[in-house]
Amino acid sequence: MFDFTTVSTWFHSLLTGVMPEWLAIGIECLIVLLFIIILYATLAIILIYAERKICAFFQCRIGPNRVGKWGVLQVFADVLKMLTKEIIKMRQSDRLLHDMAPYFVLVASFLTFSCIPWNKGLEILDFNVGAFFFISVSGIGVIGILLAGWASHSKYPMIGAMRSGAQLISYELSIGMTMLVVILLNGSMQLSEIVQQQADYGWNIVRGHVPAVLAFLIYLVAGNAECNRGPFDLPEAESELTAGYHTEYSGMHFGFFYLAEYLNLFICGAMAATIFLGGWAPFYIQGADGFNSVMAAIPGFVWFFAKAFFVVFLLMWIRWTFPRLRIDQLLTLEWKYLMPLSMINIVLMALVVCFGLTIN
Amino acid sequence: MAQTVLFIIIAAIILISGILAVTTKHIMRAATYLIFVLFGTAGLYFLMGYTFLGSVQVMVYAGGVVVLYIFALMLTGQHDNDEKVPAATIKKAAALIASLGGAALMLFIFISHKFATTVLTAPSEQLTSVKTLGTQLVASDKYGFLLPFEAVSILLLACIIGGLVIARKR
Repeated sequence: MFDFTTVSTWFHSLLTGVMPEWLAIGIECLIVLLFIIILYATLAIILIYAERKICAFFQCRIGPNRVGKWGVLQVFADVLKMLTKEIIKMRQSDRLLHDMAPYFVLVASFLTFSCIPWNKGLEILDFNVGAFFFISVSGIGVIGILLAGWASHSKYPMIGAMRSGAQLISYELSIGMTMLVVILLNGSMQLSEIVQQQADYGWNIVRGHVPAVLAFLIYLVAGNAECNRGPFDLPEAESELTAGYHTEYSGMHFGFFYLAEYLNLFICGAMAATIFLGGWAPFYIQGADGFNSVMAAIPGFVWFFAKAFFVVFLLMWIRWTFPRLRIDQLLTLEWKYLMPLSMINIVLMALVVCFGLTIN
Repeated sequence: MAQTVLFIIIAAIILISGILAVTTKHIMRAATYLIFVLFGTAGLYFLMGYTFLGSVQVMVYAGGVVVLYIFALMLTGQHDNDEKVPAATIKKAAALIASLGGAALMLFIFISHKFATTVLTAPSEQLTSVKTLGTQLVASDKYGFLLPFEAVSILLLACIIGGLVIARKR
């Protein structure tokens, strides 16, 4: 498997050969920053196009097909429209907080985005508490949504923000618990280490069998709720709350919420791929050497993106299939079903790990 | 060098948002500035290489406590309650005594202790791995933290029971 650290160490030695180390590190930081921003924007465009097409297919429509071949330029046209729209200033709103709120959501999204291991040796943030850091920074987003609802000084955003606060705080627990299951299985919180173990011993969803599959299903439900997507899109609920917490936003400020929503969808899918489906680890069958060598020839990041987009497709499928829940049903689902289930699941996984019942 | 520059930037963020948090007249803005103070503190922990502590800071304070503040303010606060009610003299006097006492305590600690290092260095991440922290947390030997850990869980239990008592149907 290709290790990306060879490239990064070569690049670092190349830079330090001609300049002092602090300048080299500064330049590398800038390159990483550019990489994150470009990848973020590209993925957003791909995801918005994919969402519109997949939604159309589920509703027996064609979807965007006028701008460019198969409508591929539709998203670019939308971005241009969004960029040129006026940002409306409202008299009654708290301007400072109103303008600040989208950035909280965006920062949370960027920080979680940087935790993802793309390839062997290609991680941006990789602590020994990586999984914990991921959960903790994803909690910043809810501040942005609450502030957006409050600062708009209007009823619909307020109700949307309250709903979203209740929803995000509740479902964060399930996400944390399912990640704990994986951490138990791998004995490490470092995301790169978790993926490395899956490359050595098999994907977590196979290795951890029953509790891992349960955790994967719980993660899919809770992840969908964390991204504010249907059937859990109560914070926006366009038929009852106009657009929920971002009703009063226009132009690019709305665009940031929109961008973060789609990227959170991708991050959710990518994290599911990382902790359950083996991240960049290729698909191996024990004994079939010819098959394995063909699989190993495919680069790690291709595997990673394939798995991540597979999970994203699953989430989109769920979104366009089920009707929206009521708020009491939503909270009942989390607190009365998913939470106890994930607690039992942790005990189950602990027993599996204790008695060595994992499939290796 | 780079450590010092980053430290100065983070310290400036903490100080400025701390001052703004107590001088602003809007309570929701004060909560928002408080978030920046807490993020700055987390930044200091990350700068020193204590990634676990930094993550806990972000999760517990920024993700938990401030969200709770904002939630409570949204449920109880009004948008138009910005006109100041003049505080009573006794309140002003109490505030003055409390702040003077706090400042005196800070100064005393500042003067009576020397700074251990002049340069902020990042220790290795492996030095305080999660494994060490975890085993130490539930260890019952000399430097184990089992007793405080259990005491905190009793506190949380008391909070849950208190919440149930307040919320129960009469």
